[in-house]
Amino acid sequence: MESTFKSNLKAWLYLLPALVFLGVFMIYPLVDVFIYSFEEGYNSASQTSFGTGIYNYSYVLHDPYFLQALKNTLILVAITVPTSTILSLLISLGLNKITKLKELFQTVYFLPYVTNTLAVGLVFMILFKKTAYTDGLVNLLITAFGGKSVDFIEGPYWAKMMVLCIYTIWIVMPFKVLVLTSSLASVNPIYYSAARVDGTSNTRIFFRITLPMISPMIFYLVITGFIGAFKAYSDAVALFGTDLNVAEMNTIVGYVYDMLYGDSGGYPSYASAAAIILFTIVLTITVINLLVRNKSNLVQK
Amino acid sequence: MKVVLKNLTKRFPSRDKKHPEDVIAVNDFDFTIPDGKLIGLLGPSGCGKSTTLNLISGLEKPTKGQIFFGDDDVTKLPPENRGIGLVFQNYALYPHLTVRGNILFPLQNLKGSAKMSKQDMEAAALKAAKLVQIDNLMERKPAELSGGQQQRVAIARALVKMPKVLLLDEPLSNLDARLRLQTREEIRRIQKETGITTIFVTHDQEEAMSICDEIVVMKDGVVHQIGKPQEVYDNPKNLFVAKFLGTPPINVFKGKVKDGGLYIGDEKVLDAEGVRDGDVYAAIRPEGFKPDDNGAFSLDLERIEVMGRDISVIAHHEACENVDIRAIISSEYVIDTRREKVRCGLNPRKVFIFDDKTEERLF
Repeated sequence: MESTFKSNLKAWLYLLPALVFLGVFMIYPLVDVFIYSFEEGYNSASQTSFGTGIYNYSYVLHDPYFLQALKNTLILVAITVPTSTILSLLISLGLNKITKLKELFQTVYFLPYVTNTLAVGLVFMILFKKTAYTDGLVNLLITAFGGKSVDFIEGPYWAKMMVLCIYTIWIVMPFKVLVLTSSLASVNPIYYSAARVDGTSNTRIFFRITLPMISPMIFYLVITGFIGAFKAYSDAVALFGTDLNVAEMNTIVGYVYDMLYGDSGGYPSYASAAAIILFTIVLTITVINLLVRNKSNLVQK
Repeated sequence: MKVVLKNLTKRFPSRDKKHPEDVIAVNDFDFTIPDGKLIGLLGPSGCGKSTTLNLISGLEKPTKGQIFFGDDDVTKLPPENRGIGLVFQNYALYPHLTVRGNILFPLQNLKGSAKMSKQDMEAAALKAAKLVQIDNLMERKPAELSGGQQQRVAIARALVKMPKVLLLDEPLSNLDARLRLQTREEIRRIQKETGITTIFVTHDQEEAMSICDEIVVMKDGVVHQIGKPQEVYDNPKNLFVAKFLGTPPINVFKGKVKDGGLYIGDEKVLDAEGVRDGDVYAAIRPEGFKPDDNGAFSLDLERIEVMGRDISVIAHHEACENVDIRAIISSEYVIDTRREKVRCGLNPRKVFIFDDKTEERLF
């Protein structure tokens, strides 16, 4: 009896440093945010509030800036997650097929992952930004084909959203390509031999063998992709500067940041409420994802 | 459907920079596999037997030569058009599909006029499953099956399209000893019931000998001997075949032929009329020894092992190439284990003489 107590104590002792850090920097703030979100007009300096209730949520949900941010985030998620996953899958399939220059292409596709965000921003500036001297590379192309030049950075909403989506896809793809290439390579080639002997067409091999075999990795990428896209903020800043509300390009995380530290900031209660709303959305999506995965595992014959 | 291999050769380019010459996995194979028989491709690992199977299946393209199924040249046909069923060494069952899904898979691939209705497919799958006696496991996933059951599913999947030729790559190597015995009987039964020409690859000579109609003994990409198992065992063409077949293995001695007699050490152990004089290898099957106090051959007795029906005598001789000599004798004989020497005579039908250079059979 005593010895189990002792070994338990030892185990807890080993876990202590990590637990302390997690407690102070993760669990305590999480609980705090949850509490703030129900405290009206909380003031972090005086540590006082006017009372508790759901006023913060009501305010945030009626704030046009938040609704804009919510809309932006949802569009971003809906476009970038499927697009980047499908594109990465296609690229990985291609990489898996070729033998010549495979390493070179793998490196090329992985480069964005290790490239500095500011450098990437600069590249996108060259591609899209209008300046006094040039309309940007993409506009040059558009006008070369007889189209009308578009201001992608300060112009119409759809143009800005498109640039943000392309930017996001480009940033998140390398990791997905890396994961998918390795999971494709880990499928035992014997299954492809078996399928060939059975006269399976290439499409059927892909949908009935390859895809089910790498589906755990795809689900992993989709779930982390959803979470990552919902948390988007720095990409928008890199493209459109810090005044995202004016640019109509704010995201939920951007809204939270503005509420805390922005020019109109100093409202931890609203920020907390927005953060909790974001958390609820991400949690819901993830749970749905997991349910779909479990279900598809059962249905597969 | 008989299978004919004509000058079949397969070379693989060498990846070793020090030895740039091609690796010849299959060297000029020229033989016919008769219709409806069970044939074993037998040889040590790396002898090219799996490559031969892959060539017949179409998964590998031959460097030279032709393959005929019946009268049809199938050399250029892709695997799916050859009408073969292939059972892989590790079964290659699709892990995400149930047993039913696995067996149905080849049928669902059929296109055009060969396309089957759902009911026909189900019926064919059930028939194949019944043949290998797994029809009660249809809804399980491969991971929920034992090795033997997985093996049966793999065979059912290979059989469901009623192939002209069934190919099995080391079908028993992943099973434990008892299951192996049972499964090889099973393969024999299935083959007899369906009458499909079956070719299977193994490195285990006992497996091949016990169920095959004919065996093909190969080494280093070369066919050494083809024949009925008993014939090959009783009449090996060269030293390799003699050594490869039989458990316990044959006992090989360095010997000499002089004036129509075989000498091992200083003793003349056997008459060998018509064999050229000179150095030879003499190989004696374990069952070729007869304990006999007046026998011509004397061995240093090490110990005996009693196995009920037989006695295994372990002995030494300076001219012997094996680590020790194993002789199997009937348990009617009584061997005095306190003696250091044991004398015995030899059964001439169990003694083979091979050339010491070419290792070809002389006697």
